Amino acid sequence: MQLVKTFAEHYNYVITIFLMMAGLYIVVARGNMVKKLIGLSIFQTSVYLLYITPGKIIGGTAPILDPAFTVYSNPLPHVLILTAIVVGVATLALGLALVVRINECYGTIEEDEIFAKDDDQ
Amino acid sequence: MALLTLLAAVTVAIVRQRSLFGVVVLAGIYSFLMATLLIALDAVDVAMTEASVGAGISTVLLLATLHLTKTTEMSPINRNWLPLLVVLIVGAAVVWGTLSLPPFGVADSVVHQHVAPRYLAQSIVETGVPNVVTSVLADYRSYDTLGETTVIFTAGIGVLLLLRGLRRRDDIGGGGES
Amino acid sequence: MSLDLILRIGTKLILPFILLFALYVQFHGDYGPGGGFQAGVIAGGMVILIGITFGLGTAKRIAPQVMVERMVPLGVLIYAGTGVAGLLLGKNFLDYGVLGHDPVHARELGILLVELGVLITVSGTMTALFYAFVERGR
Repeated sequence: MQLVKTFAEHYNYVITIFLMMAGLYIVVARGNMVKKLIGLSIFQTSVYLLYITPGKIIGGTAPILDPAFTVYSNPLPHVLILTAIVVGVATLALGLALVVRINECYGTIEEDEIFAKDDDQ
Repeated sequence: MALLTLLAAVTVAIVRQRSLFGVVVLAGIYSFLMATLLIALDAVDVAMTEASVGAGISTVLLLATLHLTKTTEMSPINRNWLPLLVVLIVGAAVVWGTLSLPPFGVADSVVHQHVAPRYLAQSIVETGVPNVVTSVLADYRSYDTLGETTVIFTAGIGVLLLLRGLRRRDDIGGGGES
Repeated sequence: MSLDLILRIGTKLILPFILLFALYVQFHGDYGPGGGFQAGVIAGGMVILIGITFGLGTAKRIAPQVMVERMVPLGVLIYAGTGVAGLLLGKNFLDYGVLGHDPVHARELGILLVELGVLITVSGTMTALFYAFVERGR
């Protein structure tokens, strides 16, 4: 019973870790570079969740001040993650640009084929 | 809770999907789910950013990349179980670590004790801005935001340098099938 | 392209509202959800929508490439310039309290200027990224 209660209270964290590990698995196990980048962004999104989750207060509201409310969720993680998202897409674009250039050079975006071509030379 | 489970299901689908086009569409769905979840967690500003950036700009950029490269993923030659094993062990360890974190949604956990109450109390007095996220972003933590803006600037310059330089398309192979 | 009548008319209909929404998000960011980052992405998304529906040439007539690429450093300069203005007026870097007669109003003004810098950089970068990727495909 205690175990079920603990699990329910930490369900957010469990899913966050699951997403994180799924992202890590894609990055490690898949050879396709576009897929690797998507895995990386899933990992990144799980970090957003990891930051935002502890900031939530049950019964609280979004941190926009109004006389009608007294309990607000924590605004600090929101600020940190807000900027992280935009930086995330900028770095994703940089990675995709690298993928495009690699494709032009090697004619493929699979890691194995690129290694094979490198060995041939 | 249902949203979280749905998010996990979409992630599994992304891992298993071989067509990259499908992966990109699923990633868009994932971003919208994440934005909905963030609204449920009271992070409205973040949800707005995630919906416009994650589901909008990222999808467009990924599709543009797919147009320039291939759209199907090669199936791996030898199936290797080592990454899955490593990931499972790391995941179990981290989940074990999160069990000592405070339960979801309680108001007296450590996170809420330090700077946040001061921001909430003083924002309207000191800056006249009711949206605390904006005032913290652009005033109290302005250095941070300057740094982030510089990072975006740098990434933009990097992409322009990479993609607008000389073309060496007919070196080896071609530019993909599409 | 000429067969996408619904797409083209629909895009034309919603374009002004997208731009209006971006401006609303930008200037109402003090009172509701929003700010420079979101507004920049929405404005960039508008140009991308034009580019997808009507072709790159039309998009470049509305947002010329040179202008877009100058917006990228311009926003950072506005941001840093706001900081230096505080420095020149005798306070710390990025301390907006001295930009006006009343500290509270001055800080509000500072937030507005900084958000403007963010808007310009983000929208410029997003549009420039789109142009760079699309031009590579030609």
